[in-house]
Amino acid sequence: MGAELVTAPRSTAPSGGEPALVLEGVSKRYGSTVAVESVDLTAAPGELVTLVGPSGCGKSTTLRLVAGLERPDEGVVRIAGEVVADARRFQEPEQRRVGLVFQDHALFPHLTVAQNVAFGLHRMPRTERQARVGEVLELVRLGHLAGRYPHELSGGEQQRVALARALAPRPAVVLMDEPFSSLDESLRAQVRADTVAVLRETGTTGMLVTHDQTEALSVGDRVIVMNRGNVEQADGPEHVFEHPASRFVASFMGDADFLPAHVHDALLTCEIGVVSTIPGWAHCDVDVDVVLRPHEVALTVDPASTAHVVAVEYHGAFVLHMVRLASGRTLRSWQPHAVRHPVGTAVAVTVVPGITPTLLVGDRAVTSPPCATDSGPTRVG
Amino acid sequence: MLVIAVLVATPVVAVVLSGAAGVGEASLPRGLGSMVLTTLGLMLGVGVGTLLVGGGLAWLVTAYSFPMRDVLVWLLVLPLAMPAYILGFVFLSTFDVSGPVQGALRSVFGAGVWVPEVRSLPGAIIVMSLTLYPYVYLLARNALVEQAPGTYDAARTLGAGRWRALWRVLLPLARPSLAAGLSLVMMETLTDFATVQYFNVETVSVGVYLVWKGSFEFHTATQLSVLVLLFAVAVLAGERLMRGRARFHQKGGRGQGLQGARLTGWKGWGATALAIAALAAGFVVPVTQLLWWAVGDVVSDPSTLWDARFVDYLTNSLVVATVTALACVLLAVVIGHTLRLGGGRLVRGAAQMTTFGYAVPGAVVGIGVLIAFARLDELLESLGVPGGTGLLVTGSVMGILYSYVVRFLAPAYQAVDASFAKIPPTMTMSAMSLGATPRRILTRVHLPLVRPGVAVALVLVAIDAVKELPIVLLLRPFGFTTVSVWVYELARENFWEKAALPALVIVAVAVVPVLVLFRQVRLVELRGKAE
Repeated sequence: MGAELVTAPRSTAPSGGEPALVLEGVSKRYGSTVAVESVDLTAAPGELVTLVGPSGCGKSTTLRLVAGLERPDEGVVRIAGEVVADARRFQEPEQRRVGLVFQDHALFPHLTVAQNVAFGLHRMPRTERQARVGEVLELVRLGHLAGRYPHELSGGEQQRVALARALAPRPAVVLMDEPFSSLDESLRAQVRADTVAVLRETGTTGMLVTHDQTEALSVGDRVIVMNRGNVEQADGPEHVFEHPASRFVASFMGDADFLPAHVHDALLTCEIGVVSTIPGWAHCDVDVDVVLRPHEVALTVDPASTAHVVAVEYHGAFVLHMVRLASGRTLRSWQPHAVRHPVGTAVAVTVVPGITPTLLVGDRAVTSPPCATDSGPTRVG
Repeated sequence: MLVIAVLVATPVVAVVLSGAAGVGEASLPRGLGSMVLTTLGLMLGVGVGTLLVGGGLAWLVTAYSFPMRDVLVWLLVLPLAMPAYILGFVFLSTFDVSGPVQGALRSVFGAGVWVPEVRSLPGAIIVMSLTLYPYVYLLARNALVEQAPGTYDAARTLGAGRWRALWRVLLPLARPSLAAGLSLVMMETLTDFATVQYFNVETVSVGVYLVWKGSFEFHTATQLSVLVLLFAVAVLAGERLMRGRARFHQKGGRGQGLQGARLTGWKGWGATALAIAALAAGFVVPVTQLLWWAVGDVVSDPSTLWDARFVDYLTNSLVVATVTALACVLLAVVIGHTLRLGGGRLVRGAAQMTTFGYAVPGAVVGIGVLIAFARLDELLESLGVPGGTGLLVTGSVMGILYSYVVRFLAPAYQAVDASFAKIPPTMTMSAMSLGATPRRILTRVHLPLVRPGVAVALVLVAIDAVKELPIVLLLRPFGFTTVSVWVYELARENFWEKAALPALVIVAVAVVPVLVLFRQVRLVELRGKAE
C-alpha cells in the first residue's frame, strides 16, 4: 500500500468553522428504484473526500444532488452553511457555489482554453476576470496554452483545464466524477497527484467520485464507501481498510476472505487454529466470521497439513497463493515475489503475528463484545 | 414546451373531434365507396411499383457491378427532386392524345389505333412510382450495405449460395428498412391530391379538396379528413406490423459482405440500360423537356422572364418558406434546449408530440387548421369581439404558415436534435455549475454547437415549403399564389410551355437536399468498399 500517499487530515484546514458541505437524510428515488437512501455526510472546509462504491451504488447520484442536477426527494443539502435543497427550497445549479469536473472533461469545443476558464466569471469586471483566468491557468501550469482550443490539447492537459475552469469562480466545493478514468494508465497517477496538489494548495474542499478503491484510499482525507444507495462507512482511509464496518466494505476495499470462527474466553479460533486473543471478550462464547486479508495470511510448507495450494498467480512484487482448506474453503495469501509454492504443496496456514482481525456478526463488524449484556447471538458451548 | 405541443396537436384533434361530433349529420359525398377503392388501388399500385423499381435497383447496384455502376448508384436518387405534380404534366404532354407518342402511333397505324387511356389510375401509379421510388431505393440500399456483412458471410460459410443468402438472410434483414421506405411512399401518395387530379383519379384526399373548394361544406370535408387520417394510421400500423417484433440492428461486424458480381457483355450493358432508363424516365427526360419548353417560351416572348407575376409568386414562395423555416427551427431549438436542461416526463412527451405532424397528410392538417380558426373566431365573437378576428378569411396566409409549421417541425427537429445529440450532457451540466442561466447556456453553449444542425434544418424546411402544394391549394386566400400553385394551375390548363420555367425553378431548389443525400450515399459506398 502506498504509505507515502496516505496523509493525515491536514492541519491547515480551518477547524471549528461551518462544514463546507452537509447532507442530512438525503434520499432520491427514480420510480420504484431507490438511488440514494437517507444519506448523511459532511465535508470540512479544505477536506478532500472520496466517494467510492460499485457502479449503481448511488455515488454519482449523490454528487448530482449536491450539484443541483437532481432534486432530492427527502433531506437537506447545505453548502457553506447555506441550505440549497430541502423540502421547500431548491437552488438551481447555476446559483450553487459548486465546481464540476467530469470524466469526459466537457470542455466547450468552440471556446479557447482561456474562454473556457472565463466562462464562469462572466459577472466579474473584465480586468479582474483576465487576472483570475491567468491565475488559475498558472496554478495548473497551462498559462502558455491559453489561446489553444480543447481539441489541440492532450488528455491530461484537458483534465487540468477542466479543473482550472471549475476552480476559477472560487466554488465552496469542487465535485469530481471519475475525473481520471478517461486517462491512460501511465498518465493517471501523475495527473491525480497534480490535481490533489492544486486542491491542497488552494485549500479547496473536494468531493471525488470513483469506483477505484486504490484511488479512493490514496487520495481521500476521508473515504465514504457506498453500496445500494447507503453509506456503509465514512472514515479515514487507514480505518476503512483496517477496520471495515461491514462485510461489503471489507470485500470491496481490498481483497478479503471470510472464515467462520468462534470466540470463547477471549480466544478467537477458526479452521486454521487460534487466530488471536481478543482482550475484553473474556466472558464471551459467540460465533463470528473473521476477515482475513491476503497480506495477513502466512504459509509454511508442512507435509502433514490438510491445506494445500490450488493456484498461484504471479503479480510481480507479490505472488498470490490460493489455498484450499480441509473444509473446502479457500484463503488467499500474498507471498514475497521470490516465494512460489507449486500447486499441490501442503501448507500450514497461520495469521501474521500482531494482527487484530475484523470480526463480523451477520454482515456488520463488531468491535465491542456482543455478549457483554447477554443479548447478543450467544451460544452455550 | 407544452404550448408547442398543444399548437401542433390542435389541427388533428380538431379534425377528429368535429368528425366524431358530426357523425350522421353531414351527407357524405356520392361515390365515397369508389373513392376509398381508388385510394386503396393507388396506394397498393404505387407501393408495388416503388418496391419493384426501388428495391430492384438497390439489389442491382449492390449485388452486381456493371458499366457506370459507381455513378449510377448515387444518380439514381435524383428523381427525388422531381415533384410528382411536375413529372405528371410532363408525362401527360408526352403520352396524352395530343402528345408526340400517340401522334407517332397514329401516323404509323392510322387514326383508329388503340392506346391505353393515359389519364387513368395506372398512369398516376406510373408517375408516382417514378418519383417516389428513391425512398425505397435509399433505405433498401442502406440496409443491404450496412446490415452486418458478417451475417452474410456466415450464411455463405454455412453453405448458402448467393440466392439463398439473399432470400433467407439479406431480405429478411432488410425488411424493416423496406417497410420504412414503403410507409414513406404511401404517406406521400396519400397526401397528394394535385398530381392525381391530372389523371382524373379521385382519392379521398382529392375528395377533401374538392368538397372544401367546391362547396365549402365543412362537415363533409371534415369527415373525409377523418377517413384520410384513418388511412394514415393504417399505413403506420402496417409499418409496425411488417417490422414485427424483430429488431434488426446488426451494425458493425467485420466481414466481406455482399460483393458485386461482375456482369459483362450484354448483361452488363443491360443492367446499365435498366438503371439509366429509370433515371431518364424519372429525371433526365422530364428536365430536358422542361428546358426545351422554357427556352422556347423565353425565345418566343422574352418578357416572360420579367413577368411581374413570376416575380410576385416567387416572392410569395420565398417569404412563406423563409418564415416557415425560421419558425420551425426556432421551435426545434427551443424543444432541444428545454429537453437538455432536464424536465420530466411531461416535457419529453410534449417533445414527442411535436414530431407527429409529419405523419399527418397535408389535407388533414389544412382542414384541421381551418376548423381551429373557425372555432377561435366563434369564441372571440361570443366574447364580444364583433366578427371575431375574421381569421378564416383574412388570416389564411397565417393558416398556411401554421399548417407548414405543424407539418415541417418534425424534420427540423430531427436535424437540430442530431446536433444536440453530439453535445455530451456533461457539457450542459458544466455550464450550469459555472453559473450560466438557461438563456446564457442557449446563446453561449448550445446555439454555437448546434449551428450545423440549424443550417441543415433551415435548408430542408425551406425547400420542403417551396415544393409543397396541397396545403397552399387548400388554404390560400383569393389572389395568393406561390410558384408551386402557379405551376399546378398552368399545367391543369395545359399551358405546359408556360409552366416549364417555374417548374424548373422548383426542381432546381429541390435538387439541393438531394445533393446532401448524395454525400450520404457516397459515405455508405465508401463504408461498403472499406469492409
